[in-house]
Amino acid sequence: MINPERQGHQYPPAAPFQVSREAIREFALAVQAEHPAHHDVEAARELGHRDLVAPPSFAVVIAQRAEAAVVNDAEAGIDFSRVVHAEERFTHHSPILAGDTLSSQVTLERIRTMGAGAMVTTVVQISAEDGSARTTVTSSLLVRNSGDDT
Amino acid sequence: MSTPVFEELEKGQQIGTRELSFSRADLIRYAAASGDHNPIHWNDRFAREVGLDGVIAHGMLTMGSAVDLVSVWAGDPGAIVDYQSRFTKPVPVPDAASGSPETPTARLQLSGKIGAVDAEQRRVRIDLSVELLTEPAAEEEPGRGAHPDPVRTKVLAKSQAVVQL
Repeated sequence: MINPERQGHQYPPAAPFQVSREAIREFALAVQAEHPAHHDVEAARELGHRDLVAPPSFAVVIAQRAEAAVVNDAEAGIDFSRVVHAEERFTHHSPILAGDTLSSQVTLERIRTMGAGAMVTTVVQISAEDGSARTTVTSSLLVRNSGDDT
Repeated sequence: MSTPVFEELEKGQQIGTRELSFSRADLIRYAAASGDHNPIHWNDRFAREVGLDGVIAHGMLTMGSAVDLVSVWAGDPGAIVDYQSRFTKPVPVPDAASGSPETPTARLQLSGKIGAVDAEQRRVRIDLSVELLTEPAAEEEPGRGAHPDPVRTKVLAKSQAVVQL
């Protein structure tokens, strides 16, 4: 069962994530993103960026490493085999670029129990090495209670 | 690449349309690029065992693929300061009947329009519409000829990208 007492819990930061040009290009290809600033360093520089710009949803790759702490938290009691992704939001304080080394930390922001389970919202803060906020990733999951298959 | 002129933008203006398609190979590519290896996105048996009709696309693949329309319109993907979506309906991606797994088996229609203009902050909210296109069942649409209109199902709701100009 989900433990509503875990609401507000902040987990330790995940290992720093190094953003490579290759990871940005591979992700951009996978999401069929054609904008040249994801693929061509010169195109990114012409727009005033230091290096390749990550697609707006790339931050999910970094966020889910932080979210693993929630998945592995026995005290939270969330059965991730019974989860449906309900909502996702990226707030970019400044764009994620190739060459960045980013830290991330997740908070179990909200647990709202409902009839058939719960809506669980996590917030991941992604920050640059100097501590400045880069992206905030808010993710809401619909969790069904076990034994609730009917 | 031309960039939008802020003073000319008004609520309700269309920013463009695009057709997207997903194949089984696209789902594998997204799994590899994103690190999301949930088997509901590549294994039919497992997907059925958890109550789905078969393999479905990652919601984040649909959301991630929709926003390039906004990046290209804005001229700079770095101008997108906020992007959100709700996942309302799954996108089934069946195995192709034969041949290459690169054959698309899901078709999506994407369009975007200006939902709000914030003159003070020079920000524009783009509202995206993402619809799954499926062939109607033959018995439901009698006498529609060889090319009946596809059935449209909204798969994302409140899909909004905020652009800083």
